Amino acid sequence: MGKDSKLILDPLTDNNPITIQVLGICSALAITAELEASIVMSISVLFVLGVGNVVISLMRNIIPSKIRIIVQLIVVATLVIIVDLVLKAFAYELSKTLSVFVGLIITNCIIMGRFEAFALGNGPWRSFLDGIGNALGYGVILIIVGFFRELLGSGTLLGFPVLGDPIEKTGLYSIGYENNGFMLLSPMALIVVGIIIWVQRSRNKALIED
Amino acid sequence: MEQRTDKNSYTIIFAIGMVLGVGALLAFLASSLKPMITENERLEKQQNILYAMGVNDNDESSATFVSTADAPELFNQYIKQQLEVQGGKPVENDQAYLIDVKKEQAKAKNGETRRLPLFVGEKDGNTFYIAPIRGKGLWDAIWAYVALDENMVVQGAFFDHKGETPGLGANIKQRFFMDDFIGEHLLSSTGAFKGINVAKGNADPKNNDKTDNEVDAIAGATITGDGVTAMIKKDLKLYLPYFESLKGK
Repeated sequence: MGKDSKLILDPLTDNNPITIQVLGICSALAITAELEASIVMSISVLFVLGVGNVVISLMRNIIPSKIRIIVQLIVVATLVIIVDLVLKAFAYELSKTLSVFVGLIITNCIIMGRFEAFALGNGPWRSFLDGIGNALGYGVILIIVGFFRELLGSGTLLGFPVLGDPIEKTGLYSIGYENNGFMLLSPMALIVVGIIIWVQRSRNKALIED
Repeated sequence: MEQRTDKNSYTIIFAIGMVLGVGALLAFLASSLKPMITENERLEKQQNILYAMGVNDNDESSATFVSTADAPELFNQYIKQQLEVQGGKPVENDQAYLIDVKKEQAKAKNGETRRLPLFVGEKDGNTFYIAPIRGKGLWDAIWAYVALDENMVVQGAFFDHKGETPGLGANIKQRFFMDDFIGEHLLSSTGAFKGINVAKGNADPKNNDKTDNEVDAIAGATITGDGVTAMIKKDLKLYLPYFESLKGK
């Protein structure tokens, strides 16, 4: 059990896919201007990575090594299309919210990275845990970045105004605070991720590479 | 086991088998779910049209449609006429909401006559003319349903998009943006078609002046905003002859 729980807990902190492995940065930059989008993307990746890791793990002994990357791509693309079709048929509203993210999942390096590094060499249960752990680690960073970008960029959280009304000048705006429009642009996501990496490494010196 | 999977013949057979298997699975899934997806899209169009004319379940902060279960009944109740406008002349067509605006735009590019769907709704004694329009955003298509009165003053609007950036361009489907269009004039004071300009820094952020043909833009969504402006100018202008013919009546 100790080993299994490490599969879930490690990616959350000391082996985080974004801050330590520096994977999945593109999607972290693209969709974190809103907290809601960050949460939706995290849940989508949780599903695709969890199931994808199990599928690849089950197929690991029959996949020809020469075309394994293509096989992994087919598995993730198939899963993404299935999710998209099923949502469109049974949860149409949700499918519209997810449409931007579902396409982005295919380009997420974390998924291919975990297939290649873990699922190809481990059993289905451990692969499932590894997938869930890494998706959670990815989600935690996305949600932190989304939280700060939406709060400082739009003055809202999940769409609700928390700092007051910027036009009526109520709340924080009444004492001169202005929304920072830079926070809504992608470069600021990179800076927020950079700050998280800095904080994490200064708290745990073992993570600093020479 | 290791040796078997390394053989070229095995690799080729595996690849063919996998492609056929995945292809068959996806084809089966897509064709069996298609009726449900088409029905969902049809109901969504009805919900969008009703939303634009103010038949919706909005509270103060959200943009919420009527439920899918109620949509067909409310659509029949509020929409009195469905028209196809060709060259300013309306023809009744009770399936006008199924006209694909994208296909009609492609037809117009090829020099064929474009059919313009228009829905005439009545609510609380007011008549609404709802026009579906379509254009280009930053990443992909954007579209809208705009409800007008007979003077081409906007009574309500619903915007949507396929892939605009969350938090920026995607905000065109937020209420604070859509509601800004209500009361806005499409014609200038002389009666010429002017459209509505999505403008930044327009000195009217609360959108008090409804006759300036301008609404406040979304910060960081300049190209999507320009897309909205272009879509309104290009597509709604086509309805001008019809509205002019209404005044003659």
